[in-house]
Amino acid sequence: MGGALNINHLLFLGHGALWTIGLSAIALIGGGSFGFLIALGRVSPSRAVRLLAATYVQLIQGTPLLVIMFLSFFGLAALGFNISPLLAAGASMTIFVAAYLGEIWRGCIEAVPKQQWEAAEGLALSRSQRMVKVILPQAIRLATPPTVGFMVQIVKNTSLASVVGFVELTRSGQIINNSLFEPFIIYSIIAVVYFSLCYPLSRLSRRLERSALQKKPALA
Amino acid sequence: MGLVLDFSVVLDRWQALLDGATLTLQLAIIAVVCGATIGVFGAIGRRGGNVLVERLCGAYVEAIRNTPLLVQIFLVYFGLSSLGLQFSAFTVAAVALTINVGAYTTEIMRAGFDSIHKGQIEAAEGLGLSKAQIYWHVIIWPGIERVYPALTSQFVLLMLASSVTSQISAEELTAVANYIQSETYRSFETYIVVALIYVALSFIMRFGFWLLGLALFPRRRRLGTPL
Repeated sequence: MGGALNINHLLFLGHGALWTIGLSAIALIGGGSFGFLIALGRVSPSRAVRLLAATYVQLIQGTPLLVIMFLSFFGLAALGFNISPLLAAGASMTIFVAAYLGEIWRGCIEAVPKQQWEAAEGLALSRSQRMVKVILPQAIRLATPPTVGFMVQIVKNTSLASVVGFVELTRSGQIINNSLFEPFIIYSIIAVVYFSLCYPLSRLSRRLERSALQKKPALA
Repeated sequence: MGLVLDFSVVLDRWQALLDGATLTLQLAIIAVVCGATIGVFGAIGRRGGNVLVERLCGAYVEAIRNTPLLVQIFLVYFGLSSLGLQFSAFTVAAVALTINVGAYTTEIMRAGFDSIHKGQIEAAEGLGLSKAQIYWHVIIWPGIERVYPALTSQFVLLMLASSVTSQISAEELTAVANYIQSETYRSFETYIVVALIYVALSFIMRFGFWLLGLALFPRRRRLGTPL
């Protein structure tokens, strides 16, 4: 129909791939910061804060990312807020990633042996000192492999930003497809690009996990 | 236009929402049953000893786990139609979700099967059980029992991910929501209601799997191990 796949189409896809990486970075930074607060909230001494953080995690983990995307793009627009696709996608990804990373990191904070808390308390460190100087450095080491693993989910889930018209990899593929109508070839190329973004992360996560397992006896 | 929320026009269409939710659950159940079957065979294939089969199962798992579901759905949808096969959107959605969850289940079940101690298998061999019996009684069921919580979470995630099939116009809950919001212009209210329905569905699914776990693993119930 609209000619053959040429270098300009591939450049357009490359541009989309860059936005996929960009949106993933936004999601990782935004979701990571907010998720860190969620993780701290989940282990907070205050019962109300714990409940609030847990409710947030339950609600977001029970809602599809697609619905969150629609809610922040079409929903807020209907209420009179005008939101760009980038803002809607970035905010949705942040909200979504925070719930999952928060829960992963809570697990890592709680996995630090209880004796470490007690020893830090015995050294008369304040609660925040205990957290920052004793618990978090150990929790971060535990958290690295699952966090890298979750980055794969982040990259894959940015594909849903295409539904609000954000031109990342999937959306740029759809646009090209509208002119060429070669869906199978185009989506195969897109799948290969996603794979080459995600597979190294998967491998890295597995390698980190294995080396963490080997170091475990020394830690305990 | 002020900030006036009106949920009534959305709630008036409860019949359509209920139909959508039912279809979402149907999709999820079909994909879970077929995907779990693929998972058992995939996991056996990945540790079966035949190098070619191992590679093949490994490639399947890695290919699916490292690409987005949305792209997989498009590939199945356009792939089938370019072969000249026409199916309903529901069938395509069910096939794509099955392929997707099959890969995750393969990986989880492999972890479960690998966790069975070698001594158990040797003991079963010593008792003269056949290979099929060993797999069924010693590896598959105890293996699944160990990873049951992880499987459950994956299946709930699958139900949520089935929302993506609205993109090929399968008439599930999210597609119903898109339809309602285009009819009522109440998109915020519509998606809030639908989000809550999804939360409810995920609780229902977790509860269902908990009951199923009690029925499938009586030993666990006796020991009082949480599922």
